[in-house]
This record gives sequence, structure tokens and C-alpha cells, in this order.
Amino acid sequence: MSLLEVRDVTLRFGGITALDRVSFSVERGEVFAIVGPNGAGKSTLFNLISRFCDPVEGEVRFEGESLLDRPASGIAELGIARTFQNIELFELSTVLENLLVGRHVRRRASIASQIFFTPGVRREEIAHRAAVERVIDFLDLQPYREQRIAGLPYGVRKVVEVGRALAIEPKLILMDEPASGLSPEETRDMRFRIDDIRRRMGITVVMVEHDMGLVTAVSDRVLVLADGQVVTSGTPAEVQSHPKVIEAYLGADAEVAA
Amino acid sequence: MRVHFKTSYHHDIRLFPDARRALRWAGLVVLALALPFVLDDFLIGEATNVLIWAIAGMGLMVLTGHAGQPSLGHAAFLAAGCYANAILMERFGLPFLASFTLAGLLTGLVGVLIAIPALRLHGIYLAIATLALSILTEDIIVLAEPWTGGVVGLVAPTISIAGVEVDRYGSPDRFYWLCLAVALLVTLGYRNLLRAPLGRAFVALRDSEISAQAMGVNPARTKAAAFGLSCMVTGWAGALMGHFFFTFNHEVFTIVLSIQLLLMIVIGGLGSIQGAWYGAIVVGIIPQAINVARDWVTAAFGGGGLAIPGIEAGIFGLVLVLFILFEPLGIHGRVMKWKVWFDLFPLYRRDMFRRQKSYLKTERMR
Repeated sequence: MSLLEVRDVTLRFGGITALDRVSFSVERGEVFAIVGPNGAGKSTLFNLISRFCDPVEGEVRFEGESLLDRPASGIAELGIARTFQNIELFELSTVLENLLVGRHVRRRASIASQIFFTPGVRREEIAHRAAVERVIDFLDLQPYREQRIAGLPYGVRKVVEVGRALAIEPKLILMDEPASGLSPEETRDMRFRIDDIRRRMGITVVMVEHDMGLVTAVSDRVLVLADGQVVTSGTPAEVQSHPKVIEAYLGADAEVAA
Repeated sequence: MRVHFKTSYHHDIRLFPDARRALRWAGLVVLALALPFVLDDFLIGEATNVLIWAIAGMGLMVLTGHAGQPSLGHAAFLAAGCYANAILMERFGLPFLASFTLAGLLTGLVGVLIAIPALRLHGIYLAIATLALSILTEDIIVLAEPWTGGVVGLVAPTISIAGVEVDRYGSPDRFYWLCLAVALLVTLGYRNLLRAPLGRAFVALRDSEISAQAMGVNPARTKAAAFGLSCMVTGWAGALMGHFFFTFNHEVFTIVLSIQLLLMIVIGGLGSIQGAWYGAIVVGIIPQAINVARDWVTAAFGGGGLAIPGIEAGIFGLVLVLFILFEPLGIHGRVMKWKVWFDLFPLYRRDMFRRQKSYLKTERMR
């Protein structure tokens, strides 16, 4: 059984069909990239999996369980974490506090015990903090631990967002353009991190990315979307030589033929 | 600049980062406890007023400052707590501690019940809904005459705790200590909340509802919790307010009270416990300062008893406008900036606290 299965999903915003019978499945332990030109429906696909929008038809299953009858806030507890294209961090909180929000799904204490801060809450809190420190170590965020997001550079924010997703201890992480807006050095770091997330932490990665260098370097399989439809899928090499991909990306046919 | 060398996770979650800070707070508490020995009865009353405002302010701060849900209707919950406490004491003969606790819990329950439909609303719409609630409350108090005494109102019964009588006029010092105890307990509970998962969930919801949801924070449930806790604390403040006013009717809990409460936490600084306290001090001091200034003006320029109608509301408004223009982070924000300035001297940058707005927010999914 695949980890994530998307079957015949169609999604419309008014008269625009954002996704048109899209199907694919993601296997455990792989890095799965989704590429395509702007407006192809990549981010919509992510928003669908994290339940921010509803499909007209189709099915989304995670470990065999349907995601469609869950609210957006019920996705993280299944073990699906995500990052956002336009960084959605809690600006006025510190890096540490941001990562701790990622531990929300693991909380056990009742409201009353939290207000009295009982020994049980304290133990739980220490366990959360230990887990978050491991993520901080993993991503080299120590220099920024106590800093507010509002003062951090863009590249660091990207990493913090990945950290917050990892703090959930997910099985699957959805990364929406992890390298957009990053310098070549930062992109290279991100590449090693994605590799480590998969290899060392055993987390399956699904990412939307425009940087073909990064996609080729880290992903096992690539899905190409254009105008809401699946163009092709396969290994990075297969996909790059696919005539329709070249057409979608370069709009080659008419001019070259003429 | 003090750097804390942390050697265990306990360092990150204890109440005071170092012994110096703990001592400073201990000193402040001792000072507050000793206040009735130095002040006369009138000033003790004023200090008590500030404490009650601080409790109510913390109640609203949880909801507006931390969970990001504006409310223009908190006078309704002050009223609920006030009447619940008085009725429980008078009609059911409960001792003060029981009726007081119950009054808060009942108000919290009312808050949750109101939150369930209200939480479909965002921002300004929620503010308008709570405003309507505040206006309704005045009428409900009048209509529920058999319980609330209608326009005549109620008289707060004398408090008796373990045989010790606490009365606002007979023993203002004891009433002050009672309010101080409640205020300190609420502050402690609030502080605990902020270092626990629920407090972080509130802040997450305030700063980005979208990503809070993606982190597994259930917005409806979390907001309802915020409403419940906020209303519970506000109810306690209301109960104390009833004893402070001695007699009260529907005219006490008007929309003006709601607005004043909101002003208070904005002036004090949204999103901090200290903000509620600073705001309470300002709200407590302004009317007295106006009186003093009026006497001074009368004495200096002659003329019998200068009275300008609406001067208090005018000055409150002016202070609020000035704060929003020049210090949106409130008094607490200003104090923080001074601290950072001294900590980092001479490396402080002017835009250190500026929130960066250049990045796109994913608001369109709402």
C-alpha cells in the first residue's frame, strides 16, 4: 500500500478547473517532486492534501485512510506536516516557540493541569523541548533559538519552517518550494537537508519545486503538472527528456516547427 | 546584557530566568502587600480599583492579546460574574469563596456557549457581535428583575472568609488583600498557561490561523477555550467589582466599560501580561489625575469649580490615539525597547522591533 494515494482528483474554483482528474501515489521513503509551470495546480494540490480546499470528486488516502472527511487541523495528527510557499511562521514568537507549536499534536495535558502547571505538565513539556532541541541540532538553528522570527533573514525562516514541520515527527512532509528565494549556497544546504530528512529520519518527502537542479539531485520520482493535468511522471531523467515536458516548459512546438 | 547559561530544560520553563528577576518580583509583591499600611483609606480604594481592573484586563488580554480575538463585549461578562456572585451569596446562601469560584466558572461556561456561534466570525465582525452582546446585557439585566433587581439593582452582601469580615468600606485593607490574592493567582495561572501548549496554540492562532491549523491546532476548540478562560477571569473581576461598587445596577455595565477595558489593554500593550497591569494602572490613575489637574487649574486661575463634560472620555481617547500613532506596542512595548536599548548600547537599531511586512501572507485561503 502506498503512503499517499491521490486518485482522480478534480478541483474547481468557480469556472476554473485547477486540478483535472489528477492521480498519483507516493511510496514510503521516497522523495517525490511535483513540477510544472506557474498556475499548474501544484500548490492547490498541497492545499487539497492539507484540507484547505475541497475537491469536486476524487479520493485522497494516507496509509489507506481517507483524508477528505477530516478538517485541516486533523491532518497533522496523522503524521503529515507541511511548509508554505510564502512562509507562514508565527512572526512575534521566537524560533523555539515556533518549533514548539509543532509539538501541539503530541500534547496530552488537560487545560486545567496546564494552568496549574502540574508535575505531569512539566514532564511533558521537557519531553517536547528535548524533541525540539533535536530538530534545532539537526538544522543548525542554535544561533537563532531565542530570536523572534520578525528579525530573521529569509533563508533562515525557510529552515525554521522546515524545523517546525519536523517537530511534528511526521511520516510525510509536504514542502512547498523549499528553495524559492534562497541563494545558491542556501539551496545546496537545503538539498543536503532534504536528503538527510529522508535518509536519517526516514520521512517521506513530497515537494513542489522550480529549481530543476535541486529536483534532479534529490528526488526519486517526478510528477509533471500543467494546467491542472498530469503530463507525465517518472525518474528525473525520464521526465526531463519527455517531449511534452519540454513543450510545457519551453512552449517549443510552434516556433521550432515553423 | 545578561546571558543565561542553560544547563537543563527546566531553565527554559521556569517562571523567572534568574535569581535577580525572582527577587525583583518578590520585592514587588512585598511592596504590594505592605501598601495598606502606608496609604489612607481613599488611596487603598484606588489601589483596589487598579487590582480589579488588572484582573479584568488579564481576562481580556488572554482573548484579544494572545488568542487574537477582539471583544467589545466584556462588560457583559463582568456583569455576569458580578450578578452571579451576588445572587449565589444572597439567594443560595453560599459562602463567598464558593460563590466567587462558581461565579467565575459559570461566566466561563457562558463565554464558551457564546463563543460557539460567534467563532464563525473574524476580526471586526466578531467585535460587532460582541458589541451587540454588551448592549443586550443591559436589557437582560433590566428584564430579569426578579433575580437582578432590575433598574434598582442589588447590594453586594458582606464577604466573610473563615469568620473574618471583609468589607469595602469597613475594612478596605482586607478587601485590598483579597483582590491582590486573586490578582496574583490569576497572574500565576496566566503565566503557566503561556509556557504550556495551550498558550502557544493561542499565539499560533493569532499570528497565522492557516499554519496553526496545519500544525494540528483546532481553531474552533482553541478559540472556545480562549473565550472560556477569558470570561472566567473576567467573571471573577466582575464579582470583585460588585463588592467594590457596593451597589450596582444595569447602568454600571455599559458599553463604555467594555470599550474602556479594550483601551486599557491596547495602551498597556497587547500580547503581554504586564500590558494588562500597566493598562490598569493608567486607567486607574487618569480620572484621579484629571481631578487633581482640575483643582490645580481652579486654584491657579480662580473661577468656581471648572467642569468640562466628557473630559475623561476625551483624554482616554487622546491617550489611545497617541499610543496607536507613536507606540502601537503599548507601554509594555516601550519598556521592552528601553530594556533592549540599555542591553545592547550602543548597538540598538531603530527598526529592531519593526515587524516585517514585505513577505506575502497566505491570507487568500481564508
